[in-house]
Amino acid sequence: MSSEPLEPPTGGDLVYRQRRPVRAWHWLNAFTVIVMLMSGLMIFNAHPQLYWGQYGANHEAPWLEIGSADGRGYLQLGPVTLPTTGVLGQVGGQEIAFPPLVTIPTSYDLATARAWHFFFAWLLVVPGLLFWAWGIATRHVQNDLAPTPEELRPRNLWQDIKDHARLRFHGGEKARRYNVLQKLSYVGVIFGLLPAMVLTGLTMSPDIDAAWPWLLDLFGGRQSARSIHFICAALLVAFILVHLLMVVLAGPFNELRSIITGWYRLPKERAE
Amino acid sequence: MTLLTRRGLIGSIGAGAGGLLLSGCDKIVAAPKVRDVIGLGEGLTMRAQRLVTDRTALAREFTASDMSPVFRTNGNTMPESDAYQAHMTDNFANWRLVIDGMVRRPAALSLAQIKAMPTRTQITRHDCVEGWSAIGKWTGLPLKLALDAVGVLPSARYIVFHCADDFDGDPYYESIDLIDAFHPQTILAWAMNDQPLSVRHGAPLRLRVERQLGYKQAKYVMRIEAVDSLQRIGAGKGGYWEDSADYQWYAGI
Repeated sequence: MSSEPLEPPTGGDLVYRQRRPVRAWHWLNAFTVIVMLMSGLMIFNAHPQLYWGQYGANHEAPWLEIGSADGRGYLQLGPVTLPTTGVLGQVGGQEIAFPPLVTIPTSYDLATARAWHFFFAWLLVVPGLLFWAWGIATRHVQNDLAPTPEELRPRNLWQDIKDHARLRFHGGEKARRYNVLQKLSYVGVIFGLLPAMVLTGLTMSPDIDAAWPWLLDLFGGRQSARSIHFICAALLVAFILVHLLMVVLAGPFNELRSIITGWYRLPKERAE
Repeated sequence: MTLLTRRGLIGSIGAGAGGLLLSGCDKIVAAPKVRDVIGLGEGLTMRAQRLVTDRTALAREFTASDMSPVFRTNGNTMPESDAYQAHMTDNFANWRLVIDGMVRRPAALSLAQIKAMPTRTQITRHDCVEGWSAIGKWTGLPLKLALDAVGVLPSARYIVFHCADDFDGDPYYESIDLIDAFHPQTILAWAMNDQPLSVRHGAPLRLRVERQLGYKQAKYVMRIEAVDSLQRIGAGKGGYWEDSADYQWYAGI
């Protein structure tokens, strides 16, 4: 890291913002999470119904179902059924819950999807645990990710929500640090969604259930765990979409440079 | 008009790029080297799971009120062979379970003999590889007792279950290692939900190996063979689905 300027940096200055482990883990995950999502959708296609509780199969009523009837695809969510022909359930004359465009592999192959899902699970879990350890040891988590009590005050949160809605992003010295909504979403993904994905995934393993039966109690059964696994995957997709949208809105060149090289040009202070 | 053409052009470029991307992805997925690398995950997962699981850790046992009202059937529900049909007709009176291979005293046990041996009853969850689960009650002979009776040779490493059903002439079979074979919940079930095991669920005898997925729960078991290698059986991958659709031999996840 090069020497800091003596004066605090201001808008227009290039600052070192993303350390190497952050950048490496980001790009590994960008790849791993997408492979896991796509192979996961193929696994879901094998039984495109979700249930609550310990058991659930064709004789039980699912709370979510993607299906096809009379050549028309549908998504059933509780009491609501939505037509989804061409997107879900029935795509290109084929009866399939999630279409080939979003699954690994593209044609129905549960065994291969499972092989990919469980291989990439290792790439998610092991570097993830290393990142946690590094983040806590170097105080990256405490200093950069954890919101301060001041930031968490409702007035501040509301202000940040309004700023985001108006696309008024921080400039100058303030932009060196993540804003509170950013912090909350990153902490939510790193310490909430990702561990929830892994633990609900493990709860679907009959062998892990024997070793760690508390998982079944934590999530309310294997079928509930499968449902929560799917909901968390959907939230992860939502995070990725918003994350990409924010990158585009905040200036894709500068944002990409900072997550590739670490260097970020502070936006100019906004004239109020 | 121009707009339509332009949109059509963009659409076809998009579809073409999408198609290229899809076929490219499938080529990567199907490449033998990629399959080999991805396949390493199975062994890693099995070893890691075995590391954190006590050999005798029991699958959760449920109470009668937790049971599925209807237990879904899956796979074959009616073996077609003449031999099986004949056994079914005389209510399995002449049926024998053969236990052989790498054992000291090969045996052929009648259903009455098996039912006269000690039993274990367990209400457990059945998990299909596809994702669904059903909870049922199983009663049968602990496999360990059957294996102890015939004396498994020290050189044996796997127990193979040969079944009466087939898919287009390929007989169903499955295999487990000795850790699961001697596990207290691994039983040869002859009753389900307090009734004699139905044909749809695998009569007269079905394997229950509770820490693995549904395709390991071989139905219509006719012969149990102790072997030192799975290479010479079927296509050598340890089970019908392993051979025919590349399902993982280790079905604990």
